[in-house]
Amino acid sequence: MTLTVNETDLLKVETDRLFNRKKLMSFGVPAVVIAYLTYIFFAFDIPGLAQRFEVDNARALVADSYSYKTHVTRDNRTGEISAAIEGERKGTYPEGTSPEWVTRGESETVIDLGDGHLVNFGADNFVSYAIPEYGIVTAQPSRSKGVQAVLPTDETPEWINASKNRMTITTDAGRLTITRNRTEVFRYFTGWELFFFTLDSPYSGLSVGEVMSRALGGEHAQIWQEFWTNKMWRHQDVAWAIFETILMAFLGTMGAAMVALPLAFMAAKNFSPFMVVRQITRRFFDFFRGVDALIWTIVLSRAFGPGPLTGALAILITDTGSFGKMFSEALENVDKKQIEGIQSTGAKPVQRYRFGVIPQITPILLSQILYYLESNTRSATIIGAITGGGIGLMLTQAMITQKDWEEVTYYIVLIILMVMVMDWFSGWLRRKLISGDDSGH
Amino acid sequence: MTDQASSVLEIRADYMAQMRRKRMMDGIILVVFIALMVTGFMIADDRNAGGFWDGLHRFFDFPKEVLSEAVEKIAELPGNLWTYFPSLIETINIAAASTLLGAMLGMLLSLLSTRGVAKWPRLIPLFRRVMDIMRAMPEIVIALVLIFVMGGGPVPAMIAIAFHTAGALGKLFSEVNENASLKPVEGLQSVGASWAQRMWLGVIPQVVPNYFSYALLRFEINIRASAILGFVGAGGIGYELRNAMSWGKGQYDDAMAIFLLLFLTIVAVDQLSSVVRERLTHGKTQKVAS
Repeated sequence: MTLTVNETDLLKVETDRLFNRKKLMSFGVPAVVIAYLTYIFFAFDIPGLAQRFEVDNARALVADSYSYKTHVTRDNRTGEISAAIEGERKGTYPEGTSPEWVTRGESETVIDLGDGHLVNFGADNFVSYAIPEYGIVTAQPSRSKGVQAVLPTDETPEWINASKNRMTITTDAGRLTITRNRTEVFRYFTGWELFFFTLDSPYSGLSVGEVMSRALGGEHAQIWQEFWTNKMWRHQDVAWAIFETILMAFLGTMGAAMVALPLAFMAAKNFSPFMVVRQITRRFFDFFRGVDALIWTIVLSRAFGPGPLTGALAILITDTGSFGKMFSEALENVDKKQIEGIQSTGAKPVQRYRFGVIPQITPILLSQILYYLESNTRSATIIGAITGGGIGLMLTQAMITQKDWEEVTYYIVLIILMVMVMDWFSGWLRRKLISGDDSGH
Repeated sequence: MTDQASSVLEIRADYMAQMRRKRMMDGIILVVFIALMVTGFMIADDRNAGGFWDGLHRFFDFPKEVLSEAVEKIAELPGNLWTYFPSLIETINIAAASTLLGAMLGMLLSLLSTRGVAKWPRLIPLFRRVMDIMRAMPEIVIALVLIFVMGGGPVPAMIAIAFHTAGALGKLFSEVNENASLKPVEGLQSVGASWAQRMWLGVIPQVVPNYFSYALLRFEINIRASAILGFVGAGGIGYELRNAMSWGKGQYDDAMAIFLLLFLTIVAVDQLSSVVRERLTHGKTQKVAS
């Protein structure tokens, strides 16, 4: 077959057009993307971000997530010295005890910050801080005369912040803050403090082996009780919160599936002969989906108050819309032949549905429900943060304090693990149920 | 003859026993499921601030209150809609930008974690785990941390959503990549194309329609997410909604306008994306058929 000149020209023109379109696509799309991102860059004021960026906050957050500090404080009015982990009452050393790096004498207390840094609380509120390679800083705080700091050099280095009423020395080893009324030393340590037992527990400070041997010696119930009711890390509350979050996801997802299934029959073309019913049901689904989970949460928490039930209902209502839509699509795609086969044996309508329709759609339904179960675990965390329930609430509460970053880190790790476990579990269940289902009912 | 009859009977008995076992298993599963639902509901009800049965009749109180106030001030509705329109745009922008960034990152991750096209085949499990972790991270976690570090505004929300989107889309994209033909890649390799060129010219053109379809679905989800993140302080319409809610009675017309804007946007995007996705998949089947 030979092409006429006309035809080759036509072909050439068409090819050129195709290539031009391809060129336009391969250069045009990236250009549009770049243009949009440039617009976003200015609309979101990203150049101004540098000023808003709080380096101190970021540093505190990162440092606090893997380390903790112990405060040693002297009240300059009474002369009383106390030591507390993170400065919290829950982490205070009991009367008369102190960490091993604090040596308490008759008239003076020596605080060893490590690396040769020594802080000395002397008599009459006198404080001295020996800093290697710098010298000794002394101070004599009093109510009337202020801090009265004396530095070994004339020039004040940038890590010392001294004024009449306040002096702060920040070194790698720790921090010393002196005011008229208080002298406070921080020493930093790596790790999560008191994770297993708080200081008031009899098991505090024991080694793993010792605790294990005591547990074998019949104290396991008591040890578990001490760990479970740890006031600092609140293991019991955390476990409940995670359970609540999973419960919200479970109740919401399963409840939505149970409500949506009968409604889906009403919205499917091949099961619902009346156009009006179909349209109304579908608009209902659209409405439930369109009013976002956020709005449902707000409306529901007005009626039921904060808690896991509100979260579960919010998920239930939103997902009824999603499930209804997906289920009705699945129902519209069922094979008619199986239903006719069942019908030919004289089955009643309910039996036709039970044996002709349900086995066909079960695998699709199950895989969608299980997928949503996993995704709703994440939603439940978010809804919990708004409506006040579950691990989401604990996370926001810990964040509001702006200092319990180690707890925030702990919760984040737990949330990620929870979602990954749910992901794995729903995948496992899906494989199990769907592959075990091919025998038919 | 009798032999045959007895074997038939045997088969039938066997079948019936099997059916009974199956029915019993189904029954047990059903009972366990119902028990879980009921106890779960009771625990949730117990730990909720207000009970389910007490709250049920109050369910419509709040919507009624909001609606009646909105109806009263119906004249102000267009003005209110106009007032909150910019923050709606911000919410949509957060969703769009984060979907775009997330899709680009997800594309890269998916190519790096698909057998056959990965640049470093040994690192495939690593990239898969990275995507799993990104996917498991709820947006609110990152958003709250970033809000603390860089203050409120759209950027924390954008980064948070983009992070999760990259993980979620990366997984879907890598499933698409697995079905892509490797012949163009081999062809490009034979003429000395670099990895980036092989991907950009050999793989991407095959998978772009599916990528686009998944990204649209994500965009829809991300609009909801960005509204929620606004509610915890990340700007956009969610933030305005929280303010309007905290003013309480007397300002419900604002809340109503925001509800309406959000509702209409979600429905519009939902419909639009389903039409476009329908066309994308439909167009593909046509191509296969012809």
